[in-house]
Amino acid sequence: MPFDIPAPPPGDPTWPYALYKLLKDAGVTQFSYVPDAGHRVLIDLSLADPDVHSIPLTSEEEGVAMAAGANLGGEKHVLLMQSSGAGNCINMLSLPRLGKFPFLTILSMRGDFGEGNPWQMPMGKSVQPVLEACDVVCLRVEKPEEVIPTVDAALTMAFQSQESVAVLLSQKLIGAKKFA
Amino acid sequence: MSDFVLDRGEVIPKLIENPQDYLIVTGLAGTARDIANLCGAEGSNYYSMAGAMGGAVPMALGLALAQPNRKVLCVTGDGELLMNVGALATVAVMNPSNFGIICVDNGHYGETGNQVSHTGHTTDLSVMAQGAGIKQVRTVAQDSDIADAAAMVKGGNATFFVHLKVNDTPPARIKRSLDANYTKTVFRKALLGEV
Repeated sequence: MPFDIPAPPPGDPTWPYALYKLLKDAGVTQFSYVPDAGHRVLIDLSLADPDVHSIPLTSEEEGVAMAAGANLGGEKHVLLMQSSGAGNCINMLSLPRLGKFPFLTILSMRGDFGEGNPWQMPMGKSVQPVLEACDVVCLRVEKPEEVIPTVDAALTMAFQSQESVAVLLSQKLIGAKKFA
Repeated sequence: MSDFVLDRGEVIPKLIENPQDYLIVTGLAGTARDIANLCGAEGSNYYSMAGAMGGAVPMALGLALAQPNRKVLCVTGDGELLMNVGALATVAVMNPSNFGIICVDNGHYGETGNQVSHTGHTTDLSVMAQGAGIKQVRTVAQDSDIADAAAMVKGGNATFFVHLKVNDTPPARIKRSLDANYTKTVFRKALLGEV
């Protein structure tokens, strides 16, 4: 019996549920992550779904290498991380770049719109230029209605054109964490 | 360093009796050459690195999850493993029954001037693997340890970790392709019938 994606609780954003469905429908079977509040729904759905592998990582770079291994074995992998995790991936990104392995990551941003924790700002400001310097295509999302078409485009670029693609979910979309 | 005595070129073929029975991901440098020598440089059942240090274990894990009906091995060195040693914890949590790691530990960074590595000083990788939660762990440091570990590799019904301690004799010199896209295509064509 296929896994039924639950309805979003009343008042919650609906796009994370639609995003999970999009990834599943595209054939993604491996979801890896270092937990982040911005990915809470995707992570919880992958944990509840018996048809996918839900993989907690100790460092985001593991997910970059896992994605390449999944491709060797004919599966699709997506890496979910906070923007701060991008810095942990830099050298490992040479694997999908050199091997032309499909690589898709979805980053929930910290250190951008409305950030109140100064420790998040350095990587928040650096993530896109650093990823682009590593030949990763960056697609930024700021509005709920942009999520699905953007990730759909990213799936095509990653798994058909064998590119490394990062979708950056802005704090305009996911909200800035409040610091007292 | 007195227990780093075994010869990698002799022991690895005893641990992996029938290399064609496995899909193998190697680390960079020494283990890449060990396995190229074992499978043949043109072998299509192994994928080896020459960079992306720390990636061998997670790459092999991704492959093992994707291919649950095949036995998957990661063969990597002590330095490569230590760079991303948290991957042992990820492996233990996922615990795929078709997966095992053979760490070829010579206690040195053999490619960079043979500097003594952490394992040559104080670090014990088999204890770290146990601490990560991997249930089946064997240390192979002398000839009498080999048969039991080889049976575990062959049996393969739970995630395992073999800590193979060897002397610092260099691995076989063998020329292999360093084209990461070409070797990916060879591997995928053989396994999946597609590129």
